[in-house]
Amino acid sequence: MTTARTKSLSGAAVPGVQRSPLTDALLNRRLWLTVLGWTVAVLIFFPIFWMVLTGFKTETEAIAEPSLIFSPTLESYAEVQQRAGYAKFALNSVVVAFGSTLLALLIAIPAAYSMAFLPTRRTKGTLLWMLSTKMLPPVGVLVPIYLLFRDTGLLDTRTGLIIVYTLMNLPIVVWMLYTFFKDMPKDILEAGRMDGASTLQEVLYLLLPLTLPGIASTGLLSVILSWNEAFWSLNLTSSNAAPLTAYIASFSSPEGLFWAKLSAASTMAIAPILVFGWLTQKQMVRGLTFGAVK
Amino acid sequence: MATLQLKHITKSFGETDVIKGVDLEVKDREFVVFVGPSGCGKSTLMRMIAGLESATSGDILIDGQRMNEVGPADRGLAMVFQSYALYPHMTVEDNMGFSMRLAGVPKEKRREKVLEAARILELEPLLDRKPKALSGGQRQRVAIGRAIVRNPSIFLFDEPLSNLDAALRVQMRIELARLHEELDATMIYVTHDQIEAMTMADKIVVLQGGEIEQVGSPMELYHHPRNRFVAGFIGSPKMNFLPVEVVEADAKGVSVTLPGGGVSKVAVDSQGQRAGDALELGIRPEHLVLDDDQGPLTGEIQVLERLGGQTSLYVQMDDLMVTIMADGDVTHRVHDQVRFGFAPGRAHLFDAEGLALPSLEQHPLAGLRRQDSRASDAVGQ
Repeated sequence: MTTARTKSLSGAAVPGVQRSPLTDALLNRRLWLTVLGWTVAVLIFFPIFWMVLTGFKTETEAIAEPSLIFSPTLESYAEVQQRAGYAKFALNSVVVAFGSTLLALLIAIPAAYSMAFLPTRRTKGTLLWMLSTKMLPPVGVLVPIYLLFRDTGLLDTRTGLIIVYTLMNLPIVVWMLYTFFKDMPKDILEAGRMDGASTLQEVLYLLLPLTLPGIASTGLLSVILSWNEAFWSLNLTSSNAAPLTAYIASFSSPEGLFWAKLSAASTMAIAPILVFGWLTQKQMVRGLTFGAVK
Repeated sequence: MATLQLKHITKSFGETDVIKGVDLEVKDREFVVFVGPSGCGKSTLMRMIAGLESATSGDILIDGQRMNEVGPADRGLAMVFQSYALYPHMTVEDNMGFSMRLAGVPKEKRREKVLEAARILELEPLLDRKPKALSGGQRQRVAIGRAIVRNPSIFLFDEPLSNLDAALRVQMRIELARLHEELDATMIYVTHDQIEAMTMADKIVVLQGGEIEQVGSPMELYHHPRNRFVAGFIGSPKMNFLPVEVVEADAKGVSVTLPGGGVSKVAVDSQGQRAGDALELGIRPEHLVLDDDQGPLTGEIQVLERLGGQTSLYVQMDDLMVTIMADGDVTHRVHDQVRFGFAPGRAHLFDAEGLALPSLEQHPLAGLRRQDSRASDAVGQ
C-alpha cells in the first residue's frame, strides 16, 4: 500500500513541476545568501590563511611586498622548534583547556539546572549579572589577581590557570547550559521524579543524556576559548605552565625579523584546535542551533 | 485499598490564588474526573496530589495519612502525563522499567513485571523500540504501562488523551475504562473534555476559578446541576438560557413567563422567589421539542446542521439564539419559522446569582455510577 501511494504521489508530482515566480524568488534569495555566506567566511578565514602562508616563507619574504608566489620553506618551523620545545607548551594548553572546561561544566551543570528548573524571581537578574562580569576589562582585575596568585603560590602553575579560565568561561557556560536545559521538556524530569529519581539521578539518567549535544557544544566552545586565551596566560605564567599562546608570544621581539617565525609558531599552536574543531563541527552546529530550529 | 482526602487545599503562586480551598474525598477504586475550563486549577490540583507541587495550605491524605511532606515517588502514585513524557533515549522496556531500576530491582524481576504490563497493554512486540518509533496511541500505552509497573494505589491521568486524534481517543477511552476494571485501582483523571468526563467517571468534580462548583455522578450533574456554570459546562451542545419572570410560586413549582408570552410551570423549590422576580430558564437542546401546533416558543431557523441521526437547529428568538437537537428526519429548512416547547420536568431555573432552584423530584438515574450503568446496558442489550 505504501509503495502504491508513493508511486502515485511521485507520478503526480513529476510532470507537474513548473517554476512558479515564488520558487524563483526563493532561488534568488538563496543565491544572495550563499554569496553573503562565502564573503563572510573568506573574510574571517583570510588572516588564518595568510598566517599559514607566512609561516612557510623566509623572514625577508615575510616582510616583503605581499605575494602569493614564493618557494615554501620549513626554515621557520625548524628554527621555532629549535628555540623552544613545542610539546611542553602544547601539553600545558591541553591540560589547562580541558581541565578548566571540565571544572566549569561541573560547576555550571548544577547551577544551570537550578536556574532552568527551579527559577526564582532573581534568576533572570542573576544570569544577566553573571554575563555582565564579562564586560569588565580583565586588566581591571589583573593586579589583585596577580597579588592573590603570588601569595597563594599559584603563579605559573597549571592549577592557577585552570582556576582563572574556569572563572572566565563560567558565565558563558552557565548561560548556554541554561538555554539548553530550558528547552528540555519539564514533564520528562517530573516523570522521573514520579518514578523515584533523586535529583542526582534525574540529572545523570535523564537531563545529561538528553541535553548531551548542548553540553558537548558548550564544552567545545569553552575548550576553544581557553585554548586561545592570551591575556591571563601571558601575565600569570612564565616557563612551567605556559600554554601555546605564551609560546607564540615568545617569538615576537622588539628588534629583528620575526614574522615568519611568529606565523609558524601560531600555525602550530592553532593546528590542534583547528583539527579538533573540524572533527566536532557537526556537534558544534547542532548544539549552537539547538532549539532555534525545530 | 486507596482513598484520598483533600482538606481545604489552597495554592498560591505569589499573589495569585490558583486553588482557593478545595475539600474532596475520593473513595477506594473510584474513577474521579476533574473537569473544567483551562486555567480552572484542575491540573495544579492533580500536581499537588502527585507531589510535584506543594500545597500552600491544607492537608492531602492518602489512606488517612498526611502526605504533604512526602516526596512524589513515595506517595504510592503513578502519573500519566499529557505529553506522555517518555524518556526519549530509552527503549519501551527501559521506559517501563525505569522506576524499578532506580529502586534497585534485579534485572530478571524487572523484565518479568514489564512483560506483564506489556501483555495487558499489548505492547510486547514494541519493547525494543525507542519512543520516536511509536505512534501516538502506542506512546500513550507505554506511558500507561510505565504507571502500571509501579503498582500504584492511585493512578493520576493528566489530560492523557488530548494529543490523540478523535478516533483513537474513543478507543483509548474504552481501553482506560477496561483497565480501571482490570486493575481495580483508584483513578483520578484530569480533562477539559466533558465527554471524557461523562463517559468514564464514577464521580465528576467540576472546577472553575480554583474552586469546586459541584461534585457528583455524571447523571447527577446532567440532571441536577447546582448552578448555571455546571449546567452550561456539562452537556453538549450547551444548555440554552432564556430570561424569564416569575408569575407565581407555590409548593408544586414556579410558574414563569416565557419570551414570546407563554407561561410554563417548572417543578422546582421556589426558595422564596416571588412574582415579578427575574430568573433564568435553562433547557438543554435535546429537551426542546419541535411542536408546530402548540409550542409556546417561536423563532426563525438560522442554521441547520444535519448529522444524520440528529439535526441541530440554531433558532433566533428575538435577540437570543437557541439550539435545538431534533430528529434526523425533520423537514424544516433554513429561515423557516418554528414553534417549539419542552416538558416542564426537563427545565431548570437559576436565580440572579446563577444558583439552581432545586428540583422537587430527583431524577431516577441521578445516583447511578458508571459500573451500574454498564451492567444495565448489558441487560438492555
